[in-house]
Amino acid sequence: MRKLLFQSLFRQPLTEQAPRPDDAALAELAAMVSRTARRRLGRSLSIREVDAGSCNGCELEIHALSNAYYDVERFGIRFVASPRHADVLLVTGPVTNNMREALERTYRATPDPKWVVAAGDCARDGGCFAGSYAVVGGVSAVVPVDLHIPGCPPSPMAILRGLVGLLEAVDSGVAAK
Amino acid sequence: MPKLIDLIQAGRTVERHHPWPRAVVDGDAWRAAAGALADGGLSLLGLWGEPSCVHMAILDDHTSDIGVISLDCPDRRYPSVAAYHPPALRLERTIHDLFGLEATGTPDPRPWLDHGRWQMRFPLGERLDTSPPDAAPYQFLPAEGDGLHQIAVGPVHAGIIEPGHFRFTANGETVVRLEQRLGYTHKGVEGLMTGSTVEQAARLAGRISGDSTVAYGLAFAQAVEAAQQIAMPPRAVLLRALMAELERLANHLGDIGAICNDASFALMQAHCAVLRECVLRAADAAFGHRLMRDLVVPGGVARDIASDGPDAIRAALDQTRQHFPALVELYDNTASLQDRTVSTGIVTPALARQFAAGGYVGRASGRDHDARRKPGYLPYDGLRFDVPVLSDGDVNARVWIRIREVEQSLALAYQILAGLEAGPVRVSLQAATEPCEGIALVEGFRGDILAWLRLNGDRIERCHLRDPSWFQWPLLEAAIEGNIVADFPLCNKSFNCSYSGQDL
Ligand code: SF4
Repeated sequence: MRKLLFQSLFRQPLTEQAPRPDDAALAELAAMVSRTARRRLGRSLSIREVDAGSCNGCELEIHALSNAYYDVERFGIRFVASPRHADVLLVTGPVTNNMREALERTYRATPDPKWVVAAGDCARDGGCFAGSYAVVGGVSAVVPVDLHIPGCPPSPMAILRGLVGLLEAVDSGVAAK
Repeated sequence: MPKLIDLIQAGRTVERHHPWPRAVVDGDAWRAAAGALADGGLSLLGLWGEPSCVHMAILDDHTSDIGVISLDCPDRRYPSVAAYHPPALRLERTIHDLFGLEATGTPDPRPWLDHGRWQMRFPLGERLDTSPPDAAPYQFLPAEGDGLHQIAVGPVHAGIIEPGHFRFTANGETVVRLEQRLGYTHKGVEGLMTGSTVEQAARLAGRISGDSTVAYGLAFAQAVEAAQQIAMPPRAVLLRALMAELERLANHLGDIGAICNDASFALMQAHCAVLRECVLRAADAAFGHRLMRDLVVPGGVARDIASDGPDAIRAALDQTRQHFPALVELYDNTASLQDRTVSTGIVTPALARQFAAGGYVGRASGRDHDARRKPGYLPYDGLRFDVPVLSDGDVNARVWIRIREVEQSLALAYQILAGLEAGPVRVSLQAATEPCEGIALVEGFRGDILAWLRLNGDRIERCHLRDPSWFQWPLLEAAIEGNIVADFPLCNKSFNCSYSGQDL
């Protein structure tokens, strides 16, 4: 029974439907991510996600990267549990005063070379929470940021696209450190 | 035992507060209300402050009436409700942190949202500037005994989740006490709302808990519309409900998968995530945003559904309806999974009742409450749906409530689509000449969200939004007691409380 279930469930949503234009774009993008990741890092790319005060909307779309449509793990991009295993910190939210120290400590715990991606409009400058007594501001107010991905929240496609951008910049030495 | 109506009548009724009454009471009536909450029969819906008064929203369990009682506290103190009724505790600690109002007789004067890092105290009351933090260590409650050890987790967790701190005291593998410390994502939303325009505040309301952006938008909009006493066009009402049900569907599908994943059954997660993605894509096609953010606005909806939107949504509903039953069967027939979820993390019906826990947490523990029914709002009185209730109170029951609610939301979304008729989707707000107040209770996927506000012209004078998590987080502390540490992620996921929603 179970086998049957898997087959019927797995096939239909993903392969039996006519390919949508964005699925083709997705495949291309994902392939590009893995090519670039490999060239630069020669292995998988490990990402540690840090919520520095987000509304949790950004987290939902970062989670979606792991569903069968985007399935980032196929391309060597992995979300890891510890900053000590990470190449990239993916930071969301306006940085709250209450999270500032935790973000700084997470950054310090990440080995070099490392890159910081700020995801979402809040992560740029605090978004609509800017100016609050409880908010420091965008991520770059606390740790150096290599790339910002706009959106509220950025769609999974936008996040993938952003990671490609980072990897290409890293490759060409722009953001290398 | 005083009924709600008696409490309201004992006070001075405030004019221009809609749709339920608000009365200013004296200290004795306030204490009587706290006592009545403790006796049962009345449920606490919310407790919030202003610079020199406190408000308490109450639901009468028998009559389903809702009312607000207010107490002026010119000397900056008021009788503690938590001294009688523990569910009020974190709310009182928050009122102190934000406004500096002291709850006399409180059993716990520790700060809650204020971690000593704002460079000020009482930001919404009489501000006191403070120097940069020396961050005195937070005192966790003691747990003493032979062989006990502590495990500190967070605020940064291992997964892609929100920040919070959990302090476990364990005896071997068994959790003796869990104490939560939250507030890490406190963004000062209520402070930002004060003095803002209705539009700005609506955007903030939709960003209090991103997974409930439609429900928050709706709660805020309904409170504004109640204050201004304006009625919504039927098409706007239906489109809002459609978005709310899609949000519920997407979140429940995600949760069911994620709970099973935390019981190491990743397969379920893979399938549920596909269905969730289908719903989000349909929402994007129909409304132009995957999470449907900023679409429910005071006065209606920001934009009408796309012309091919209904078809896109129907396709996603069809797909879910087709594939979901097999997943339910899989859940039901996988012994190794049931072994993890059955009898794990039990919330007793008595606790669920005491805390007036909303959503699947309450309904899995016998509390038959759904804001779409009680007090009820449009268009749900004209739609057919069941409110599933179970009494086991374990992780399994919380999964089953979600399963049943997925089915109900599917049925509701079909009904709404069938009932959509052409018409306007937005009416303009009025700039009120006199201050007016509105209150709303809306059922989000997680439970009932309370919105209360006072308008002055086109500005927000004060707005308070109470997330369902306020009355669910404390129950997680109770549910994990006696379970093994390794079952905590599973229990936690089965609650899926919002950090951002309660931190504000
Ligand atoms: S960018 Fe938008 S989704 Fe992300 S944390 Fe900010 S408000 Fe939430």
